[in-house]
Amino acid sequence: MAASLLVLTGCGGDSGEGGGSAEEYPSQAIEIMAPADPGGGYDQTARSIGRSLDEGGVVETGAEVYNVPGASGTAGLTQFVGENAGDPHQLMVIGKILVGAIEQTDSQVNLGNTTPIARLTAEYDAIVVPADSEYETLEQLMDAFEADPGGVAWGGGSVGGVDQILVAQLADAVGIDPADINYIPYSGGGELTPAILSGDVTAAASGLAEFQDQIDAGEMRLLAVSSEEPIEGVDAPTIIESGYEVSIANWRGLVAPPEISDEQRDAVVAMVEEMHDTPEWQETLESNNWDDFLLTGEEFSAYIETETEDITQTLTDLGIVG
Amino acid sequence: MDVFADLLGGFANALEPQYLLYAAIGVTIGTLVGVLPGIGPALALALLLPLTYGFDPTGALIIFAGIYYGSLYGGAITSILLNTPGEAGSVATAIDGYPMAKAGRAGPALATAVMGSFTAGIISTLGLTFLAPLVANLAKSFQATDYFALMVLAFVSVTALVGTSIIRGMVSLFAGLFVGLVGLDFLTGQQRFTFGSAQLLGGIDIIIVVIGLFAIGEALYGLARLQYAKEQAVEFSGRIWLNKAERKRVWKPWIRGGFLGFFFGSMPTGGSEVPTFLSYNLEKRLSKHKEEFGKGAIEGVAGPEAANNASFSGVLVPLLTLGIPTSATAAIILSAFQIYNIQPGPQLFENSPDLVWTLIASLFIGNIMLLVINLPLVKVWIKILSIPKTLLYTGILVFGILGVYSLSGSITDMMIVCAIGVAGFFMRVYDFPVAPAVLGAILGPMMETQLRRALSISQNDFSVFFTRPLTVGLLVVALAVLVLPAVLPKLLRKAKRAEPAG
Repeated sequence: MAASLLVLTGCGGDSGEGGGSAEEYPSQAIEIMAPADPGGGYDQTARSIGRSLDEGGVVETGAEVYNVPGASGTAGLTQFVGENAGDPHQLMVIGKILVGAIEQTDSQVNLGNTTPIARLTAEYDAIVVPADSEYETLEQLMDAFEADPGGVAWGGGSVGGVDQILVAQLADAVGIDPADINYIPYSGGGELTPAILSGDVTAAASGLAEFQDQIDAGEMRLLAVSSEEPIEGVDAPTIIESGYEVSIANWRGLVAPPEISDEQRDAVVAMVEEMHDTPEWQETLESNNWDDFLLTGEEFSAYIETETEDITQTLTDLGIVG
Repeated sequence: MDVFADLLGGFANALEPQYLLYAAIGVTIGTLVGVLPGIGPALALALLLPLTYGFDPTGALIIFAGIYYGSLYGGAITSILLNTPGEAGSVATAIDGYPMAKAGRAGPALATAVMGSFTAGIISTLGLTFLAPLVANLAKSFQATDYFALMVLAFVSVTALVGTSIIRGMVSLFAGLFVGLVGLDFLTGQQRFTFGSAQLLGGIDIIIVVIGLFAIGEALYGLARLQYAKEQAVEFSGRIWLNKAERKRVWKPWIRGGFLGFFFGSMPTGGSEVPTFLSYNLEKRLSKHKEEFGKGAIEGVAGPEAANNASFSGVLVPLLTLGIPTSATAAIILSAFQIYNIQPGPQLFENSPDLVWTLIASLFIGNIMLLVINLPLVKVWIKILSIPKTLLYTGILVFGILGVYSLSGSITDMMIVCAIGVAGFFMRVYDFPVAPAVLGAILGPMMETQLRRALSISQNDFSVFFTRPLTVGLLVVALAVLVLPAVLPKLLRKAKRAEPAG
């Protein structure tokens, strides 16, 4: 405790001096935390940002990535906020899933304790059924769902994640009580795909990339995607086009620690915007099929606030938070 | 035919110089660690897991297979020369291996162990090659109810592992099940036994359980026992190779052990305890030299060692095709897959054919390497046995705890591993078997998840477990496993009594 206080005051002193000369930012290596194990979405995003900063020539001082897994990302958040106050060289990858995880794990620290920098990417969910399913369109599936909510077993990712929130919003759109949804969570695409193909679940919602191979192979039927606009190269309507006012984006972005000055924040935002324009980052977006979803500074702060309200409401309706 | 093409492709990858080097490194490290008394394959893999972070998935899995085979071989050395088996799978080896060594025949005992492992390894890897794609195909139609029935079968078979005291075995099993409960409930997100600690939300990693029980617990037990047992490695001298009479006696046990090991390894309980003891008893029954058993019968080494090695490829069948780890070792390998974001299951053969077939090819290569690299080096490995025990066990304690820290960087995890280690120590002292605890921690959460998924899908209608033929079939087998051992002997006795009369 004493040590962290020391670090805290030490950094505060630094930022006091650095505050006046924001143009010198960054003066040391940028460190980016991925609040998850290596291999997942947070990790991939963090590493891509680090690479684009470094190889794109945005920072001369280098960029390093480290992982702090645990407690659905909130262990990383707690450490990030607790140890780095006032240090603009520290960044952390966050995303929509973390917003829900904070509520779900009763985390003492939330995104309000951070300084939002930029929203960067979005991935969209796909709604699929097995190829031999009787449902040819989302409308047919939703009709069955409306007629007998429990009779449609929805598969998707972990509890409280983007997939379950999407299903809850679909239910809401046709007036189904969230408590009546029959949602079965799976740990990821590797576990969910067999459950769809074996006919365990009626339909599934999860990241489009998870299902792409099976859709291409004709083993699954893609009914709709969760984006606001149709996705180029994807042969399916959006949920909105199918007649339901529902869209969802699994976004990821960057935050900085608390207690940094507005000038420092603007310097970090400027650096991230420069990173966004590098060919390295644009290639990353393309090769991962990530949508460019840039939103910075104050606007991003406001976005996080709306997201937190919406997600908390949905999770409360679902009985996960309460 | 496809299988041959796939396997050839796997060999083409695995024979690349860098992968051959990885296999050699793996086999050597594995043997080194395996020779240390008390360290078995599961612990060797758990401690060396962080080593593989720097490699691509294929390379890492090749090293893993090498470490596994190497540590089995190292375990045979300690069983035979020291009478201290590193894992339950090599207990049977020590029964006749140690007397052989005392009688000055350590060389032939080790040679039959290595060559038997090689023969059985080839048999069972062939079994894996042909069986796994079939099972993977079948597994595509598996639903939650089928997975649940498989888990029931696994848990029923665990009773075979609980040892002589059912109560001790069950206590151990339930301790493992409890450990598996800690964390966020997977289906509802409720916290269970987290005591308000954010660090416990993700549950207790199986690697921590393995390191706690096998490294910390064993080292404490070893240290506590030092003043009582003055173990002395048997002096090693004389020939290594088998003579003609011995060769004639061992080749059939090798082959029988290979089939037994593969068959029981691929069953839902997996593991090597059951097949090694079955093999030992089978060889004893079939041998013309029954009087030698327990005093140094070479068949008593040949069969169990073969079965021990073969069970590994068997365990890979449910692991690769269903994603179900049925032993501590398999659970560690599953963790390694997940580090690389690969989920074993019915899709694995379709999504990552290169990886799977390279892994299978590397199993063949690992077996061959073990034979050509390690057998001639026996005398080098034996030197490790002269490390003072106090240093050795202290080293294991340090590396075990460091290993946990290097995986998660979490102080909480280090405290948990120590607590589990102390529990493991008392389990050893009071003769509670460890295997049921490990399986409980691994399979318990899986079984719970599948049961609740099945019920959620059916909207709480229990009849789903009795309407799918596959589910019913598996449950009937489970019932048979539970009931037959108790009923069968009585039935047989009745039949025998009836015979003379009729």
